Amino acid sequence: MQKLGDFKLPQFFNYPPYFTLQPVRETREKQVQLWKELILEYCRTQKIFVIGLEEEFPLFSNPEIERSLSHEAREAFVSALVSDGRAEWLDKGHRKCLILWHRIQDWAEIIINFVKENGLEDSVMTVEEIRSGIESRGTELHGLDRIILMRALKLLEHKGKLAIFKGTTADDEGVKFSI
Amino acid sequence: MAATTTKAKFFRQADLTSSGRPVLLPSEVECQLLTSVDLEPEEDRSHLFSALKSGVLILTTHRLIWLPPSASATAAYAIPLAAISHIFSPKKSIKSMFHSPRIRFQVLTDTDGQVFDLGSSSGSSSVVVTAVIRGKGDSDGFLGKFSECWKGREWETAVSSDSNRGSGSSTGGGLYGSDGAVRMVGVAGILRKEQEMWESTDKSLQEAFQDLNALMSKAKEMVMLAEKMRQKLLSGTNTSAANDEEMGSKEEMQDWLLSVGIISPVTKETAGALYHQQLSRQLADFIRIPLEKAGGMINLIDVYCLFNRARGTELISPEDLLQACSLWEKFDVPVMLRKFDSGVMVIQNKSHSDEEVFARIIALVSKPEALRNGISASDAARTLEIAPAMAKEHLLTAESKGLLCRDISPDGFRFYINLFPEIDPSDVYLIKDYGIYSTWIKAISTCHGAEVSRTS
Repeated sequence: MQKLGDFKLPQFFNYPPYFTLQPVRETREKQVQLWKELILEYCRTQKIFVIGLEEEFPLFSNPEIERSLSHEAREAFVSALVSDGRAEWLDKGHRKCLILWHRIQDWAEIIINFVKENGLEDSVMTVEEIRSGIESRGTELHGLDRIILMRALKLLEHKGKLAIFKGTTADDEGVKFSI
Repeated sequence: MAATTTKAKFFRQADLTSSGRPVLLPSEVECQLLTSVDLEPEEDRSHLFSALKSGVLILTTHRLIWLPPSASATAAYAIPLAAISHIFSPKKSIKSMFHSPRIRFQVLTDTDGQVFDLGSSSGSSSVVVTAVIRGKGDSDGFLGKFSECWKGREWETAVSSDSNRGSGSSTGGGLYGSDGAVRMVGVAGILRKEQEMWESTDKSLQEAFQDLNALMSKAKEMVMLAEKMRQKLLSGTNTSAANDEEMGSKEEMQDWLLSVGIISPVTKETAGALYHQQLSRQLADFIRIPLEKAGGMINLIDVYCLFNRARGTELISPEDLLQACSLWEKFDVPVMLRKFDSGVMVIQNKSHSDEEVFARIIALVSKPEALRNGISASDAARTLEIAPAMAKEHLLTAESKGLLCRDISPDGFRFYINLFPEIDPSDVYLIKDYGIYSTWIKAISTCHGAEVSRTS
């Protein structure tokens, strides 16, 4: 079985039409679905949070069969993720995209569980501590994209579970949990 | 019932093609058509035939043919021009201004009371038939053409050239008598010679100015010649047991001649308001053989070329062709016009089945080699034995039905069997141990295996 790093690729990755945007509606719907699954699965296992459409992305080409996705095809597949709520464009030009293999509310849930597990219900942490502190090591929060983390924290703030207070620099941004 | 029998008894029967056009005799040419024409006998001769109501009257160089108005008719009634003994000039009266135009002519009948025809016993009596033109056709023009054709006696030249070819032209120019001796004696001879010279200069002058007409009549002759050669070849192959090579070249020659020969093309001039309708029927008749050869489907552009080549000089415009094809919907003809999603238009047999073509395409893309590398339009064209452009249309149609998928790469535009429906999106690694997906995996893995063994 073909692999991309430690990622196991499905058999249809060697099917040349998989890399050509199919014009027939039903066929295309199935093709888009398979691409969405593969992109989310790959990003989840490889901890990839942002895809640049104009940058090299290992999944978008298959040297074995000498096929790669056109820009139109990339945008079509990623747009399908966006409309599913599993991705968000980071710019108007649709060049960079945030991939949400967990939705924002799921990330928020993970944060709450993390806080509870570590007995941090009433404590204060910096944003950076959540992403790269000792407590988060070995959890999904470790290495989480800052944009996604901030979205999740803001969602929780909105629900009254915490308060974000600003420092002088971004590093100083702090969180006061009140769960 | 009685009415139809009297009709049939009086008239000669004219056969119709499957698309409802008259079957013409050898070298017979259609001249003009009129719609909504009644044919009536003289008042006191109505026992001969009962009046025919509002049909299409076709004038040819040999016959008057009356087509019944119903579209499903299988036979028409004909009066050979040879049976006509007189054409009356139209009555000019105040009364006639308010009437539908009428054309009256005298028809010879044989002893059975049937229209006289070549070969039947000589006409014993005659009857006056009146054609009442209720449609908007050009009746004066028709009458002119009618007498022209009648006086032209085209049917006689056809018969004489067939029966006693080589016996010399007895109706040749005035220089020779019927015995072949030169008739140029005395003052009469000198005068005759003068006139001859004057006539020939006049003739060449006329020819010079009528270049186009001359060219067209020559073209008609060429078509006739081609038809004659074809007939000769046909009879030749029947009698002599020629060797294969000769037969092959003869067949080729025949094909070639066949592609020239519509002797009597429907033209705007002859058919008038019925032009597209008649053109449509003629095209349906014409296209059958080429369609058979092309495997049941031909590109409209090819049809345009074939049809116009067969028509010789009476070329039609692409619009006329398209209109003729679209009229097929209204007639009971075995062919139809089809437009592909790509906009390409073709003519195909009504019996042509896409399913059969799809089955062959599926068989083709299911071969191990095609599973690995897909197929191109030219691959399909070779297997289906059709033109690549046509093959591509079939592939695109199969794709739109979800049978195929496309692959566009620097290597070109190829088609693969559609595997997408077979793959489970909730488990992308799942491979059922049956179905085309697993067959495909086996095909590509044997390919990779071969590569590995080659490199090691």
